[in-house]
Amino acid sequence: MSVIEKLRNIDRRFIFVAIALTVIVPLLRPIGFPIAVSPSVQRLYDAIEQLPPGSKVLMSFDYDPSTMPEVYPMNLAIAQHCFSRNLKVVGIALWPMGVSLGQQALETAAEECGKLYGTDYVNLGYKTGGMVVILAMGRDLRETFPEDFRGTPIEQLPIMEGVRNLNSFKLVVDFSAGDPGVAAWVMIAQARYHKKVGAGCTAVSAPAFYPYLNTGQLVGLLGGMKGAAEYEKLLQSQGPATAGMDAQSIAHAVIIFFILFGNLVMLITKRKTERRSL
Amino acid sequence: MRRQVPLVITFVAGIIMIIQYFIPHEPFAGLQQRFNVWFLIISAFALILGIGNLIKIHGERISRQSAGWGYSVVLLVGLVTMSVVGIGWGIEPGTPFFYLFWNIQIPLSSTMFALLAFFIASASYRAFRARSFEATLLLAAAILVMLGRVPLGNFLWHRLPAVATWIMNYPNTAGQRAIMIGIALGVISSSLRIILGIERGLGGGQQ
Amino acid sequence: MTTLGVWIAALLTLFILSFLYKDNPFYKFAEHLFVGVSAGYGVAFTYHNILIPNLYVPLFKQGDYTLIIPLILGIMMVLRLFPKVGWVSRWPLAFVVGVTAGISLITYLQSNALVQIRETLRPFNTFGNVVIAVGVLTGLTYFFFSKEHKGVFGKTAKVGIWFLMITFGASFGYTVMARISLLIGRMHFLLSDWLGLIK
Repeated sequence: MSVIEKLRNIDRRFIFVAIALTVIVPLLRPIGFPIAVSPSVQRLYDAIEQLPPGSKVLMSFDYDPSTMPEVYPMNLAIAQHCFSRNLKVVGIALWPMGVSLGQQALETAAEECGKLYGTDYVNLGYKTGGMVVILAMGRDLRETFPEDFRGTPIEQLPIMEGVRNLNSFKLVVDFSAGDPGVAAWVMIAQARYHKKVGAGCTAVSAPAFYPYLNTGQLVGLLGGMKGAAEYEKLLQSQGPATAGMDAQSIAHAVIIFFILFGNLVMLITKRKTERRSL
Repeated sequence: MRRQVPLVITFVAGIIMIIQYFIPHEPFAGLQQRFNVWFLIISAFALILGIGNLIKIHGERISRQSAGWGYSVVLLVGLVTMSVVGIGWGIEPGTPFFYLFWNIQIPLSSTMFALLAFFIASASYRAFRARSFEATLLLAAAILVMLGRVPLGNFLWHRLPAVATWIMNYPNTAGQRAIMIGIALGVISSSLRIILGIERGLGGGQQ
Repeated sequence: MTTLGVWIAALLTLFILSFLYKDNPFYKFAEHLFVGVSAGYGVAFTYHNILIPNLYVPLFKQGDYTLIIPLILGIMMVLRLFPKVGWVSRWPLAFVVGVTAGISLITYLQSNALVQIRETLRPFNTFGNVVIAVGVLTGLTYFFFSKEHKGVFGKTAKVGIWFLMITFGASFGYTVMARISLLIGRMHFLLSDWLGLIK
């Protein structure tokens, strides 16, 4: 078997080891590549900066642990930003596991900023139904969410005073890993109730939401761990996303190398076959 | 009766949801809100149906002691433990439920999806070939975005992030928008067919 | 308890990663446990966050008897588990499908069709606007399969394919980014929380 054939049929476990190492080594020995902030991230940051203190922000935790490394850091960063600006945060979830992850992010950020549950932030929990839940909230939030996720009636929560429906919120931020998620919030909260909607989503789904950014249906968009790292840069904090950016860079470089090398092997094989046939 | 009633229910529910958009006043607005709440409750029962099905399938595997029945025991123990602990002791941080969520659910779920990194790397080496002009275009866009979207790209050439942003904001937006409009037209026609009873395959088979 | 939790999480992470070598009992154990605890999580949250606040309390404590209707429809849905009476599940299913179709028809038309078309037809005063208009029109031409892709129509569709290829390339790049991020998350946990190699 020639070297080229060996390379073509390389055991995929060698590739697995290479990828593992390209992630592990930069995590242990960070390089510190500079992070550039993209316009879509800056726009969401600016939208939050422009809100007057005391404004209520609705956060929807529509993700689960399978995408936690991407979405949780942006959830945490935006919660920190909101609390540092003295904004009130009301959380809900269209994905059941989003409740626990969102609560963890809110509690961590609240502890840093000295904010209180029930007064400065609340988590109203999970409802199934996706788009229908948003539609119902647009008309009457209290009928849809009569209690918070722990079972406390919302009449007993000071932050919920005066909150009737989506109109009580200055901004909606959706943290999304799929459906229901960003599309549902844009289609109902933005299109029907004219709310400002921003989003943080997995990198897989981000390209599909660029048409919403272009039309202004989304005020800003964070795509994947890189989006979260950019937001952390704007907040001037060293969060979990920033820590992973060197590994992300090197892994991308290695995958690009794999693609180019795979194509080179294909070209050489093709030339050899052509020569033989001549 | 078995066929006609579901068609009538679908028609009435669908039409009311459409009418209330154009006439957001009583009785349609109130009816829509009723329907929203009912939808939420019925969807919860759909989840119970799914759990029931899971218990039924794995219960049968255990009772027949078919291949791998031990794993079905693991599955049901996980299901029962999580349900009982959650219903009995609450679901907030600090509870046994949250402990299980944090230390069992999160590592299992996130590692399961992290495996995909290895497979996408392997596929990049074996399958991502520039065999035609179109494939080369796809490859070039992928490489530019992959480099331009990470700090390394910024380090190599400071304009690379702007190139990636341009690709995302213009050609990508155009392509995604064409797909989006195509899907929207498909959803609109399917919805009309469902509401008018032309599309009957969604009623739950031939039962 | 925290240390024990970290060890459990680390072992389960390694069980799943062992699949990279080959399928094995440790992976199968972890896989089934994953399905079980996920379903159990769903049960607990459905009970605490939906059945109690949205059904039990308003129906039995506040006397909103209209909720008997979704309760009955919900029970009919669950009856699908029993083949003899399973047909009754078509009623609640018909309701769910009807509501979804009604909402989708309007929302997709409004935000994913009309707004998108309107924003595509912007004045051609920037190069970006021209690129978007050409990309959307040619892309839609490619999706029109009722006419054979020949002549001018075929060439227009071909340009549409080029735009779609760039779109798919961008999506591939983002998919790689997503998958690597998930791996970074797990590796960070193992190196930091478990082994303590990262401070």
